[in-house]
Amino acid sequence: MKRALNLWRGSLVLAPLCLALVVGCRPADGKKSDVIKIGEFASLTGKEATFGQSSHEGTVLAIEELNAAGGVLGKRIELLTEDTQSKAGEPATVVNKLISRDGVVGILGEVASSRSLEAAPICQQNKIPMVSPSSTNPKVTEVGDYIFRVCFIDPFQGTVMANFASRTLKATRVAIFTDVKSDYSKGLAKFFKDQILRNGGQIVAELDFNGGDKDFKGQLTAIKAANPEAVFVPGYYTDAALIAIQARQLGLNVPLLGGDGWESEKLTEIGKEAVEGDYFSTHYSAEVGSDMSKAFVANYQKRWQGRTPDALAACGYDSALVLVDAIRRAGSTEGAKVRDALAATKDFKAVTGTITINAQRDASKSAVILTIRDGQYKYLETIEP
Amino acid sequence: MTEFLQQLINGLALGAIYALIALGYTMVYGILRFINFAHGDVFMLGAFAGLFFTPVVERVFPPQSYSGGLVVLLLAMAVCAGLGILIEMLAYRPLRNRPKLTVLITAIGVSLFIEYTCQHRLVFGAAPRKFPDLIPVKTWNVDLLVISSTQVIVFVTTLLLLVILRFIVQKTRMGTAMRAVSFNEQAAALMGVNINSIISFTFGLGSALAAAGGILFAMSYASIDPLMGVQTGLKAFVAAVVGGIGNLPGAALGGLLIGVIETFAGGIPGLSNYRDGIAFTILIAVLIFRPTGLLSKPQVEKV
Repeated sequence: MKRALNLWRGSLVLAPLCLALVVGCRPADGKKSDVIKIGEFASLTGKEATFGQSSHEGTVLAIEELNAAGGVLGKRIELLTEDTQSKAGEPATVVNKLISRDGVVGILGEVASSRSLEAAPICQQNKIPMVSPSSTNPKVTEVGDYIFRVCFIDPFQGTVMANFASRTLKATRVAIFTDVKSDYSKGLAKFFKDQILRNGGQIVAELDFNGGDKDFKGQLTAIKAANPEAVFVPGYYTDAALIAIQARQLGLNVPLLGGDGWESEKLTEIGKEAVEGDYFSTHYSAEVGSDMSKAFVANYQKRWQGRTPDALAACGYDSALVLVDAIRRAGSTEGAKVRDALAATKDFKAVTGTITINAQRDASKSAVILTIRDGQYKYLETIEP
Repeated sequence: MTEFLQQLINGLALGAIYALIALGYTMVYGILRFINFAHGDVFMLGAFAGLFFTPVVERVFPPQSYSGGLVVLLLAMAVCAGLGILIEMLAYRPLRNRPKLTVLITAIGVSLFIEYTCQHRLVFGAAPRKFPDLIPVKTWNVDLLVISSTQVIVFVTTLLLLVILRFIVQKTRMGTAMRAVSFNEQAAALMGVNINSIISFTFGLGSALAAAGGILFAMSYASIDPLMGVQTGLKAFVAAVVGGIGNLPGAALGGLLIGVIETFAGGIPGLSNYRDGIAFTILIAVLIFRPTGLLSKPQVEKV
């Protein structure tokens, strides 16, 4: 009885406190209309973690700069970021959460095409515009009219690398080594192959691996036996580094070529001297570019402990600029209006170049080719679309 | 012909690692009659132990030396032996007299617990790490064949550990006790065998082999991550079943077999994308046509 009494007394003390808490929350709820929420899903951890982190850092920088300049539509922009852990299945979960629980008005993400493809139908269904910073597989924006990207697509990137192999490297016998788990890799391999054949070259071996494998010696031995002059490995950086190491161990000493999936400091950290002299295409190089991209490099280094932004950081930055610009022009956060404004994006000055969104909701932009020398990425050439 | 021999070398080096891990599965099964699904994760922990010990060891031994490499290997094996014993004591021992299914599901839980704890950024983080070069890497060209010193070391270490293991199991008192427990736990207990310490010893031994596998794997493939034990562990488990679960030479044979077949499949265009499926296809075939595995004899069960 005495205990019950104590409890009763305790709750008497607590009751006003609880009330104060509830009341205290109210104004915060009311403030919701003063911010515009934008959701981001990125591979902050896992196999493609450096991609997600670079892209995320670019996006954060863009949002901070936009907010410092007064936000958009007179409101502050709030960026809500979710980690996809580089895993299939996660994007659907986190994007659903961002849309239904957090009520974001737009989605930014992801780098990997397979994961963007997973989130795109959800954004399309909910009529929330999605802007992918650097998913290059054509299928991503084919999902629907709410899905956009601020980068080039694989038919272009594959063609660029094939022309580079045929014309610059003068390679006629080429092998292709594809990651069958990745839509990005399969797409790139297909367009590369078509262009090599068109250039009069020959595909001497076509082998496959599963992204995340560690042992590639079986396939590489077969590739070596086919005696190619160059090998196209359109995979992601961890796999590419291991492939390069094992290729050199087996005495396969021809240049390896890759796409934008290679660009990560992990490639040289794991690959070391094995990746020296290899080539890959990507969106942008900090070595060349407009005044805007120079300013971006300086601001990025100031914000992120002196790190030099890679192409994925630049794309992450641009994706946020393009989406916020569309919200500004739409004068509203309503999905359909933002979508129309995004589709009307024309000659937008961005870090990775001038962005015009075409009828397929892709950006048509130039690509750059980099090579690896002394553990550093060196700019070779820019190729216009 | 050159390509065939090269693939054989590649396959044997890969298979040797599967064999080391498979031994752990099979030993635990032989004694406790359950599959320790956390075994693949102990393999991963072994590789990470190597990663953390290397800078420490390099302060005493010259970097990239055989002696230093050996010390790292032994330290990692010791740590993982301890971890294996700990896992058994905390997770499996309290369930000793429960149905085997309960223990099996607990093992899956332990495995997931280790994998996801280690992916946390305060532990190892999910990003792959570069594994340091423990020993000087050399490659020899014999005609057109390429053999790397790592491959030779992987194979020799595995053979050596196999011989040591066989000696322990067949010639020592501990081994005799292990075999007794495997044969009949109750009878062994009545003969004065301390069941608990034998089981701990088995887990320690199996985990040490997994750690050795982890180091050898990391030496061969340079990059390690907290989920590296999932696929490799599964393949090794298949190897243990193919060879005849509970049978030590069977596990070694199964490991080599899976490694070689997988490598050859990888080298065939059109088949290379099914590479990971090959091990499981073999498993299904063995389970249909020779359910007790390649090397074990059907046992008669008295009722």
